[in-house]
Amino acid sequence: MAQTETATRKAGSLKFRKALIGYSFIAPNFIGFAIFILIPVIFTIVLSVMDWDGFNAMTFAGIDNFRQIFRDRVFRSAFWKTLLYVVFTVALTLLASLGLACALNKNIKGRNAFRSAIFFPYVASMIAIGAVWKQLFEANYGPINNFLRSIGIANPPGWFASTDWAIWGVIIVSIWKYMGYYMLIYLAGLQDIPVQLYEAATLDGASGWQRFMKITLPMLTPSTFFVFIMLTINSFKSFDLIYALTQGGPGTSTTLLANYIYNQTFVYWDYGKSAAASIILFVIVLAVTIVQFRGEKKFTDYL
Amino acid sequence: MIEKRSPVKTVLIYVMLIVLTVVTLLPLVWMVSSSLKLSTEVFTFPIKWIPETFHWENYVTIWEKINLATYTFNSFKLSIIITLIQLITSSFAAYGFSKCQFPGRNALFLAYIATIAIPWQVYMLPQYIMMQRMHLIDTHLAIILLQSFTAFGVFLLRQFYISIPDELLEAARIDGLSEYGTFARIVMPLTKPAMATLVIMSFVTVWNDYMGPMIYFTSDRNKTIQLGVQLFVGQYSAEYGLIMATSVFALIPVLVVFLAFQRFFVEGIASSGLKG
Repeated sequence: MAQTETATRKAGSLKFRKALIGYSFIAPNFIGFAIFILIPVIFTIVLSVMDWDGFNAMTFAGIDNFRQIFRDRVFRSAFWKTLLYVVFTVALTLLASLGLACALNKNIKGRNAFRSAIFFPYVASMIAIGAVWKQLFEANYGPINNFLRSIGIANPPGWFASTDWAIWGVIIVSIWKYMGYYMLIYLAGLQDIPVQLYEAATLDGASGWQRFMKITLPMLTPSTFFVFIMLTINSFKSFDLIYALTQGGPGTSTTLLANYIYNQTFVYWDYGKSAAASIILFVIVLAVTIVQFRGEKKFTDYL
Repeated sequence: MIEKRSPVKTVLIYVMLIVLTVVTLLPLVWMVSSSLKLSTEVFTFPIKWIPETFHWENYVTIWEKINLATYTFNSFKLSIIITLIQLITSSFAAYGFSKCQFPGRNALFLAYIATIAIPWQVYMLPQYIMMQRMHLIDTHLAIILLQSFTAFGVFLLRQFYISIPDELLEAARIDGLSEYGTFARIVMPLTKPAMATLVIMSFVTVWNDYMGPMIYFTSDRNKTIQLGVQLFVGQYSAEYGLIMATSVFALIPVLVVFLAFQRFFVEGIASSGLKG
């Protein structure tokens, strides 16, 4: 009796020691993470129902901040523009990266050079590359419009000078910059598909297109899921891209939620509105993520 | 794939890939080419991809116009310090989350994962207020504190650590290695590609970050290279050649890091997201 008791106590203290060692491993990162990320996230939720300018006392505002931003024409425009931007960026980047991955999964010479070249825009600084794209898209004498005129388009789009076209310019640059990164994730997925599947299908007389539809695409579902989630989250976060290309203009035609939040915080110093807009951004991203996780139960694959 | 392709098809694939690659790299070629031109030559059409005379002096002029040396130094300083802290604390935490047992492990890890999904703008304001209270606005320490403890690094390394068989660690423990010894002698050496990936990702992210420095650094001596480029774009908006020279200069360190570790990088990212 006494012996088992000491044994349990020993086991207990061993477990306790193991737990302590575990905590000691995560502590250096976790303490910083909790203070500088977790607490601010929670504080945002509090701020969204408060009225505060950062100097005077905070007062409870209830849903006033939310009412105010929904009445704000700039917020509503930013909201819809963000959805437009996210839908097209996600869909087109996904297609481009999938196509590139399939093309670069083939056994060809210089495969790595191609991959690196396509990937490079991802590591290029948005500010530096934004200056380049602004020149390329210049409406009157930029090379893209010069090219369009030379192939017979008399009235090429005004791109960043036009309220209708600016957002499309932003979407094009965004696809260009990020497709290489997602291509790599697709390539990893493609490498995990057993070659035997293709061999069997070829023996059965399946065409290239049939093999793609019946083997490649279904087998890539986990990759597509991951790419979709990351793309969605990152598109909602886009700030540097817009800032470098258009600064939200002309007018407010390319002001997205991230830019709106920045402006409310650091231009108008309206903390309540900024926090409320943040919560809206957060809820949208969360909703999209949850819907995806529901649709795709392979979440555990990633953890 | 095993099947034999017809030569026509092979040629078609190459043509398509080359066209795609050229189109992707064209903005970068434009950037380098324009950086060696006079501002008046930049927009000539048809485009002269190779300038008639190489105006190397653009690369000298930019140093006289803005404090490029200070900005470059600051960018290196921040990128290196943040990368080091991230590497050390993230690999520790990743080991804790993948190979140690303790109460609340999964809940804590979920908190990490959740913050990856939260756009930074959501908590940017509370962070700013916090830094204000700590009197750290316009100091490098602010950015170091805010960017060193990201969930991303922990997540990335954990994906690699999971693939290390537990039996291997068990064997090391039986041989008398402590948990810390097992980590340092077994896990660290096995995951060099993962750490290389994190180093590059982190360096590139900090080097390229614009919004963070823009919010926190007001005095010129604290500014980073990205702010420098933007400053240049704002002040000398018609000096196209000089703008491109500054942009090329800001890209060089990233290009060097990228080319040096390109193998690790490409493989590291590819396997991080999906295996585990």
